[in-house]
Amino acid sequence: MRTGGGFSLLRWFGIIAKEFIQLRRDRLTFGMIIGVPVIQLILFGYAINTDPKRLPTAVIAADAGPYSRSLIAALQNSGYFEITRQIASAAEGEALLAHGTVQFVITVPEGFERRLVRGERPVLLVEADATDPSAANNAIAAVSQLAQLALARELRGSLQELAPSAPPVDLRVHRRYNPEGVSAYNIVPGLLGTILTMTMVMMTGLAVTRERERGTFEQLLATPALPIEVMTGKIIPYILIGLIQVSLILGCALLLFDVPLQGSVLLLYACIVLFIAANLSLGITFSSIARNQLQALQMTIFFFLPSILLSGFMFPFRGMPDWAQWIGSLLPLTHFLVLVRGIMLKGNGIAELWPQVWPILAFLISVTLVGLRFYRRTLD
Amino acid sequence: MVAAARVSAATGPATDFAIDVRNLNKHFGSKHVVKDFSLQVAPGEIYGFLGPNGSGKTTSIRMLCGLLRPDSGSGTCLGHDVLRETAAIKREVGYMTQRFSLWDDLTIRENLDFIARMYGVRERRREVTRSLEALGLAARADQLAGTLSGGWKQRLSLAACTLHQPRLLLLDEPTAGVDPKARREFWAELHQLAARGISVLVSTHYMDEAERCHRLAYLAYGRLLATGTPEEVRRARPLATWSVSGQGVQRLQEPLRTAPGVDQVTPFGNTLHITGTDAAALEAAIAPWRAQPDLIWVRTEADLEDVFIHLMDGTEPPP
Repeated sequence: MRTGGGFSLLRWFGIIAKEFIQLRRDRLTFGMIIGVPVIQLILFGYAINTDPKRLPTAVIAADAGPYSRSLIAALQNSGYFEITRQIASAAEGEALLAHGTVQFVITVPEGFERRLVRGERPVLLVEADATDPSAANNAIAAVSQLAQLALARELRGSLQELAPSAPPVDLRVHRRYNPEGVSAYNIVPGLLGTILTMTMVMMTGLAVTRERERGTFEQLLATPALPIEVMTGKIIPYILIGLIQVSLILGCALLLFDVPLQGSVLLLYACIVLFIAANLSLGITFSSIARNQLQALQMTIFFFLPSILLSGFMFPFRGMPDWAQWIGSLLPLTHFLVLVRGIMLKGNGIAELWPQVWPILAFLISVTLVGLRFYRRTLD
Repeated sequence: MVAAARVSAATGPATDFAIDVRNLNKHFGSKHVVKDFSLQVAPGEIYGFLGPNGSGKTTSIRMLCGLLRPDSGSGTCLGHDVLRETAAIKREVGYMTQRFSLWDDLTIRENLDFIARMYGVRERRREVTRSLEALGLAARADQLAGTLSGGWKQRLSLAACTLHQPRLLLLDEPTAGVDPKARREFWAELHQLAARGISVLVSTHYMDEAERCHRLAYLAYGRLLATGTPEEVRRARPLATWSVSGQGVQRLQEPLRTAPGVDQVTPFGNTLHITGTDAAALEAAIAPWRAQPDLIWVRTEADLEDVFIHLMDGTEPPP
């Protein structure tokens, strides 16, 4: 029998081995851990598109002259509009929008061409179903440019003066790091972060509360095992699981979506380990506070939702008001997204990354302190 | 109330008792669940711990093995302070929980192996194999613990909590829901352990098990009501008991229950046990039926169950 009171490697290995055996026996969980990231990446990678094209459009062409025809052709060529219907009345257009059959109704009013030639600035009406703003925004932005470009080609000779003059400034836009605006480039870092947040916080949260619920925690507490041995012993297997998930997601991202990896792989994994550690510390803390598995799950979801919505994964971070950005900047996922995008797309090094690294470190340390404070050494 | 309190060395620095605690108290919120709990258990002694559900038995046991911190009181467990040296106590005590608390999704061998690792058992593999053989589970060592029957689970738990050769066993209702044969075997094992000098504190609801203990403590509503050998506990209560048997003895139940001087009427098949504190009043109460030829009346000794029920009835539950 040992009499030493310090950290025991033997006990620690014992706890890790036990967690691995139990994890291996829990086939469903194990399958989810491996299957979920791959399925989600493939699903979301192919499915999610933040720049929707070929939106169904109805056209009311009360004027069928060459100008309006070339305008409509230009709209179609932009890729955003797919003209599915030619309709006759505004009422019909109203109904189609209300039913959601079309996203846009474009009206070329009667006498459009005549008024255009006379320089009377005729109206071209674009009605959009803007219930989901992001679905319509890019298309609407395209319309304003198109009208200028399409008509410039037609308005020649004596009509030259009607053509819009060149803007005073030669505006050049470079879309850096993702010039084609490929959604998958943004989804891969986002999924890395959300899947890790979900599994790490939840799995560890459940790992301790499950023992408490089944009564085995009492057995564990009755042995000489120290809190630090139990906590870290339970964490280690999940760090490995997290790394397996990450490698699966990254592998799929590189193979299926050709997501570039500009920066250092080593640096990327270092950031990922830090992020995993931050989430695990939260999971263990949740499990120390929660009385049962249901509570641990509720806490996980309570944390998970703002992580998705306020981190900049789903909605632009800079679009949020200051107070929301402040909340978002407390979440590790917010910084992790910047880190992963920075390494994968921009090829950033440690110097550029530090402003995002320290908040995650701070989160890790403060949450661990709270967790140790709440860890119950006894059954009180 | 406490019968035959033994001389304790709790006041001095050293104690020969495996458990020697004084005036332990525990509250859960506003509930005072254990009140001034004092207990001395000698080495090699099997100490029975009895009392109704919710009387504070489990809480007391958990305080002894360091799982709960007493709010006040003092004492030692195997010479270690119960308040400050819980780590040392945990290493030397074997604790068996009321509910099966080994891991259902580990095999029998994995469970024992894990526990052995937690206690840093030397020559772990050999010890686990030896333990499996002693249990008679060597052939089923790779079966998941969750698939075992109640009796086997309880034997596995006992094996797990004795793996590290503890000097004191704290067993919380170890035989609840276990069949009589398995219980008998379990108690034979306990007596073997005690013969080797291991002290055992075991809580139970079974009177036959109480009779097998060297000493008993009876706890109700958080307060110790009686301690001593089973004989002492029985004798300390001046209970008069009559047993009556014969044709249609059940008809006596109702009139006797309300008769003055009768405290308890307990049916045992075709026999009734009638108990009262006042022997003369009890005799007067049963007099009308004494002469009936088809009834056989015998004056007997109150058994432990009578005594405990009497003890419990005499204690008011806290408001």
